[in-house]
Amino acid sequence: MTLNIKYFGVIAEITQCHEEVLEFSKSSIEDLLDILFDKYPEIKIKDFQTAMNNEIVSKNSIISTSEIALLPPFAGG
Amino acid sequence: MTNKKPKNVFKQGAISSDFIGNSIAKHQTKTSIGAHNIFLGQVRADVIDNKTVAAIEYTAYEDMANAKFDSIREAAFDKFELTCMHIYHSLGTVKSGEICLFVFISSPRRKVVFKALEFIVEAIKADVPVFGKEIFEDETHQWKKNT
Repeated sequence: MTLNIKYFGVIAEITQCHEEVLEFSKSSIEDLLDILFDKYPEIKIKDFQTAMNNEIVSKNSIISTSEIALLPPFAGG
Repeated sequence: MTNKKPKNVFKQGAISSDFIGNSIAKHQTKTSIGAHNIFLGQVRADVIDNKTVAAIEYTAYEDMANAKFDSIREAAFDKFELTCMHIYHSLGTVKSGEICLFVFISSPRRKVVFKALEFIVEAIKADVPVFGKEIFEDETHQWKKNT
């Protein structure tokens, strides 16, 4: 499937883009992160959460939407 | 979850005292209200390693953030007897001393607004994907984390 990956804050600084399209043939968030860690080794040591369908999801969640976001720690307010 | 698109909470730049004052004035016609409570988040000029924060540049995962603001709003209306609630958050650059978050709630009676406001502000800090780049006076930066 085609995924649209969104990056924010310090993560976007490392990837040097705010979003990218990726062809993905595996299933879980963890599978996707493995691919992203190969591409951007620096994000591996960063603190971030992954969101799907506007909710934070765990690493073993199965990807069911085309938009996935990598969210560093929140700083609202 | 509802299908309607959540309200947009974000405003570009700082939230002005005029805007806040006008919001208060608009409630004079809602005469069932007996108590308002307001939270204003202000950008603090933190000093980190001898460098002073001059501004915070806010970005957000806007779709998710607006959906989270919406569910915080719904949870607060379920939990507390509120007449109305308004939330505004800045995006873009907000200088130290300027306002970046404005939460305004109203109820017939006072006791509920103290508890409700704390509930709402803590939920915003914990659940809403807003990111803050603290820009120092020498133009270097670091990423802020809520504590």
